[in-house]
Amino acid sequence: MSVPVLAARDVVKTYGRGPTRFEALKGVSLDIAAGESVAIVGKSGSGKSTLMHLLALLDNPSTGTVELSGRNAGALTGSVLNTTRNQTFGFVFQQFFLTPGTSVLDNVTLPLRIAGIRGAERKRRGMAALEQLELADKASNKATDLSGGQKQRVVIARALVNDPSVIFADEPTGNLDSATGKVVEDILFDLNRSRGITLIIVTHDEDLAARCDRRVYIRDGLIVESLTAHQESLV
Amino acid sequence: MNPLDLAVSAVGNSFRSKTRTILTVIAIFIGAFTLTLTSGVGTGINRYIDDTVSSIGAADVMTVNKTVEATGDGPQLYDPSSTQVESQLAGPPGASTLEAMTSEDIAELTTINGVESAEPTLSVSPDYIQYGDGDQYQVSVGSVIPGITLQLAAGDQPQYNADDYQVAIPESYLEPLGFADADAAVGETIALGLTNTQGASSTLEATVVGVAEPGLTQSSSVSANDSLTRALYDGQSVGLGDAARDSYAQAVVRFDADATDDEITALKEALADAGYTGTTVDDQIGAFKTIIDAIVLVLNGFAGIALIAAGFGIVNTLLMSVQERTREIGLMKAMGMGGGRIFTLFSLEAVFIGFLGSAIGVGAGMLVGTLANTALADTLLADLPGLTLLAFDPVSLATIVLVVMGIAFAAGTIPALRAAKADPIESLRYE
Repeated sequence: MSVPVLAARDVVKTYGRGPTRFEALKGVSLDIAAGESVAIVGKSGSGKSTLMHLLALLDNPSTGTVELSGRNAGALTGSVLNTTRNQTFGFVFQQFFLTPGTSVLDNVTLPLRIAGIRGAERKRRGMAALEQLELADKASNKATDLSGGQKQRVVIARALVNDPSVIFADEPTGNLDSATGKVVEDILFDLNRSRGITLIIVTHDEDLAARCDRRVYIRDGLIVESLTAHQESLV
Repeated sequence: MNPLDLAVSAVGNSFRSKTRTILTVIAIFIGAFTLTLTSGVGTGINRYIDDTVSSIGAADVMTVNKTVEATGDGPQLYDPSSTQVESQLAGPPGASTLEAMTSEDIAELTTINGVESAEPTLSVSPDYIQYGDGDQYQVSVGSVIPGITLQLAAGDQPQYNADDYQVAIPESYLEPLGFADADAAVGETIALGLTNTQGASSTLEATVVGVAEPGLTQSSSVSANDSLTRALYDGQSVGLGDAARDSYAQAVVRFDADATDDEITALKEALADAGYTGTTVDDQIGAFKTIIDAIVLVLNGFAGIALIAAGFGIVNTLLMSVQERTREIGLMKAMGMGGGRIFTLFSLEAVFIGFLGSAIGVGAGMLVGTLANTALADTLLADLPGLTLLAFDPVSLATIVLVVMGIAFAAGTIPALRAAKADPIESLRYE
């Protein structure tokens, strides 16, 4: 088996101290292979978001390690960590997090701006990402003037624009009606299949989770069950 | 982010909440505007004083009096060997008498190290000045000191060494004496009437060679050249004893024109040791400058207080901005933007707001100052031609803008640090 693109090794994450001490993750191990689509499923408070934050290198585990392509990510600090995150990951959030009052194109190219890529190249890549999501005609619109489905497509374009190897999606369809949600899901899985982008979806939506190659159920900070699509079809 | 994108983003962000930015800019504007005007007044008046000093020239001239030995606060003991003369210096009426100098004193002055020459200042007081058959006007006459140039409206400087009698008359005498304008007076002959100690009247005729503009140091006196001064002095001293004739209120001492400040101080000390007090033109005018500088400093202080208040406005504005953009900051951090860049982004926003306020403030200050100059030149300050009340020095204006930007940066550090330290996860959760 090839080296997993992301792996958690006995990851424990605690918040607070003394009586307010709270263990969000109590020892989680997980391998995610390149090109895989994984759903992390659990109720709110189960620790699924904490696990995603650790995998996305937004936070450090209290004990245990997170490995990125086989290397301990805890060793990455400062600008190296920032650059790694910028070039490796794309993020899709439930609440979109689009910057109000700025254009769709500016929102999409934010990761490129952070990476320090200059004007013309940035615009070209931003437009390419928007075209892929059939939003090229909205490029100069204000991001806040779009519909919910369009906004989420802008967010996906933003996640794609830096050509990431992993996309993290936190309840990507949570704010959308089921028809629009379906369209957004299709886009994400299509990217996963056609471009080999690893997809990590945090959700409590069973239908969405069922479309992933693998479902990881998490409850009270522990992985309680891990099912592949193949296993399920056997049941 | 590269620096250009940072700057563009900062400028763009500052306009996202227009009302708030505009209000903060107004606060800074008020401070910068006030500072521009107050420093403009300082620059204007000091420049005028400098112009006056340099046009007077005479950097190598010192007026010297005999120092009155004060032995206490009360009246001084009468000393029959000394003579007193009324001071010619401005002061409260009757306040100061000076011990007179004699030719012996003058001779002693020339022996002091650093003194190149010493001349007594002859005090002359003609009764009147008259042009042709016109009215007679009271007049005071000062003698021309070589090296001191008058600010002239027309004509030339009176020649100190010329044998003929030459005067420069002040502009204010033109109309009363019956001249159409300054140019008309040049070359004309005026008469000076005087009475000697025995009561006999006589007149001396002199040629008007120049017309002097009023200024800080030029009173309304007529400037006479040496030969005229001597003639007037001789005329009015007829009947005086030799001792009385040979007593002068002050003397003019010349020293090396290239003398440094230290050398001038040394010369003053040497004079003081010999019992004399030396005063340069700079000393006389330096007192003006000190007062002007002090007033401007106080005014600048008020403007500075306004700017500090505006600084808190910036802190407030940016704190709100950071609060509003918490999620955006979290997102940028998640996407790999470092804390340093976030800090720079918000600091640049503060600096930009500071720049905007100060640039507009300085611009408006210059505009208002220019309008005020035009208005004042014909009204309040009509008597002081050459005085531009508000002058703007590019260096001090640039300093104002830079200082305000510095204050803005300092004010911006608090919110910028808060933004830079924000935890991306917390920020993204923020509702």
